[in-house]
Amino acid sequence: MSKSNIKVASGNSLMNRAKNITDTNLLLTITIVVFFAMYIGAMVFQGAGFLKPQTFFNILNANAALIILSCGMSLVMITGSIDISVGGITALVSMCCAVYLDYHGGNVFVAVLVALAIGLAFGLFQGFLIAYLDIQPFIVTLAGMFFARGMTTIVNTKPFNVENEAFTALKMTRVVVPGMGSVNKLGKYVNAYVEIGVLVALIVVIVLFCVLRWTKLGRSFYALGGNKQSALMLGINVKRTKFIAHLLCGILAGIGGFVYFLHVGSGSASHATGAEMDAIASSIIGGTMLTGGVGNIIGTFFGVLSLSTIQNIVSSAGLDQAWWTGITRAVMLCLFLVIQSVVMTMRKKKVAE
Amino acid sequence: MQTNEAKKSNESNFLMKIVKNQCFIPLAALLLLALFNLIADPSFFKITLGYNSAGNPVLSGFLVTILDSGSELAILAIGMTLVTAATGGQDISVGAAIAISGSVLLRVLCGSNSRPETLQAPIIVAFLVSCVVAMLFGAFNGVLVAYFKIQPMIATLILYTAGRSIAAWINNNELPVISDTTFTYFGEFIPGIPIPTPFFIAVACMILIGIVLKVTNLRLFTQAVGINESSSRLNGLNPAFIKVLSFVILGLCVAVVGLIKVSRISTINYSVIAKDIEMDAILAVALGGNALSGGKFNMAASIIGAYVIQFLTTTLYKFQVQSDALPAYKAMVVIMLVVVSAPVVREKFSSLTKKLKVKEVA
Repeated sequence: MSKSNIKVASGNSLMNRAKNITDTNLLLTITIVVFFAMYIGAMVFQGAGFLKPQTFFNILNANAALIILSCGMSLVMITGSIDISVGGITALVSMCCAVYLDYHGGNVFVAVLVALAIGLAFGLFQGFLIAYLDIQPFIVTLAGMFFARGMTTIVNTKPFNVENEAFTALKMTRVVVPGMGSVNKLGKYVNAYVEIGVLVALIVVIVLFCVLRWTKLGRSFYALGGNKQSALMLGINVKRTKFIAHLLCGILAGIGGFVYFLHVGSGSASHATGAEMDAIASSIIGGTMLTGGVGNIIGTFFGVLSLSTIQNIVSSAGLDQAWWTGITRAVMLCLFLVIQSVVMTMRKKKVAE
Repeated sequence: MQTNEAKKSNESNFLMKIVKNQCFIPLAALLLLALFNLIADPSFFKITLGYNSAGNPVLSGFLVTILDSGSELAILAIGMTLVTAATGGQDISVGAAIAISGSVLLRVLCGSNSRPETLQAPIIVAFLVSCVVAMLFGAFNGVLVAYFKIQPMIATLILYTAGRSIAAWINNNELPVISDTTFTYFGEFIPGIPIPTPFFIAVACMILIGIVLKVTNLRLFTQAVGINESSSRLNGLNPAFIKVLSFVILGLCVAVVGLIKVSRISTINYSVIAKDIEMDAILAVALGGNALSGGKFNMAASIIGAYVIQFLTTTLYKFQVQSDALPAYKAMVVIMLVVVSAPVVREKFSSLTKKLKVKEVA
């Protein structure tokens, strides 16, 4: 009896302290702390590689596309929906752009338009089915994912590298980050760099952050995810809002697909396998609630970084067998899901009190 | 035109009864596919009796392939239907779970040596161990769904991500090969019987689940939890337990399919085994007319649905569609199915027919 009393008391004081922190901020704080703890831990225990700023920029380079995909994913997850077709769309975009650039010698600008058009088409169709026909988003986008993957093989079966001068020039463009370079083994000073995709990803993150924070549309996303009924009462056009979220996610998948293509420079049906799962995992780790209504783009950004840092740590620790990556990622996803679940029950209790 | 429609409304009472039956949609789809194949190429239905390399009589032909591969799907559909009904979500980790249970099976059979001359353990023991492991993973999914209240598809995403890695880890990333021929009986043919064994296993599973549904309250309880969780709790059920139970049963189905899959090739390929099978299993449940949002279910319709999916797959293969391109066609079928069965579309449709009737009366 007395034991349970103490427990309740300590729980209360914890809750009082946490009262001023909203769910969004709490989850965001957890994510950022976890990321920095992990990175600093890696610096201390694994040293050399992680001390170089370029290691960090390489993580960014490799994951620019994932950041963009995850941003779109967070958007639909905030409205309480989900989109698992982004990986498939990425593969389809890569393949279509590759075929266009390589076989038909097209220019890069049109390839970007092709990428956007594919994303837009998927966004429109899936958004319509989900928002206006009220079909479960998971089923629609699962079909979308399989459709995109299948189409990728139909467009072209064999993987191949793109040899297009303008494209290769764009691919090799490196943006120098001032003051972050390091001295290499030969004693030469090497500039730190990021690829163009990273700039695109950063722009996407900033724009979406502003949209979610300061615009009517952004607030209606949160309102819809938080409670559909009350969003309806507030006069929000629920169906249109949901449609726009999926449309944006589709377009972002198109952009992300092109950035991915820009990074790898080839088309293949097995590109971006499991990217949708990584995007969902990043969003969840970044503090976006599956149930909707809670989430932050900055958190998603750190979610992607955490996920890829783990991968880097695992591989540089000598556990380079492929299965370790899968297992560590799953463990991390599991951990954050459970944290979310606990936070949710705490909030429910708070409301009940 | 009008007389035609009047006739239709007379017949509609009788037709309605048939159409309303849940098995109608999958059976109609099956008929449609069969008809299509009959017109396109009647040789689709040819079954020949041949002899395999061991000199045993075996049947071969597209229909036998459907019976063979469709049985795996039918077994999975049993478990998937229960999970769908109880939780209103689907398990997307079945493919990965099959890899795990298959890997465990091989690990027990081969021991530490990856290419043993003789089996290190009886097959039945290995199978039971793999059952237990698969059920444990099922329970893990179930606990996440039932107690942590995570959406089923997201909760099973964890195992989907990790499953194949775990499967590789169990066998140290080696690919054990079993040379004992009795092990192949489960996935291929028992000497003297020309019908593929998976079909018999599937029939056994169907009979088992049929008895369970008849004798126990499983059907009632599962549907009650799926339709309204809180009212089922008020009626004295334990919804969390029912949900976990449905995942555990799916785990059992996974272990059986794992045995068949591994037995077929006597070895395992972690990244390829049962790839994309989750899509087919979900599709089977949807094609059976079961609501993907949970509640009432019809087991027979799901099982027929599974064979229809395999029929579709085999038909596509016959028309030389590449295996990687298959998902695109299946996805189109899924979209058509869900659009037709969407409540919004149905409402629009029924209001349209009502308007037509009103016009008729006028």
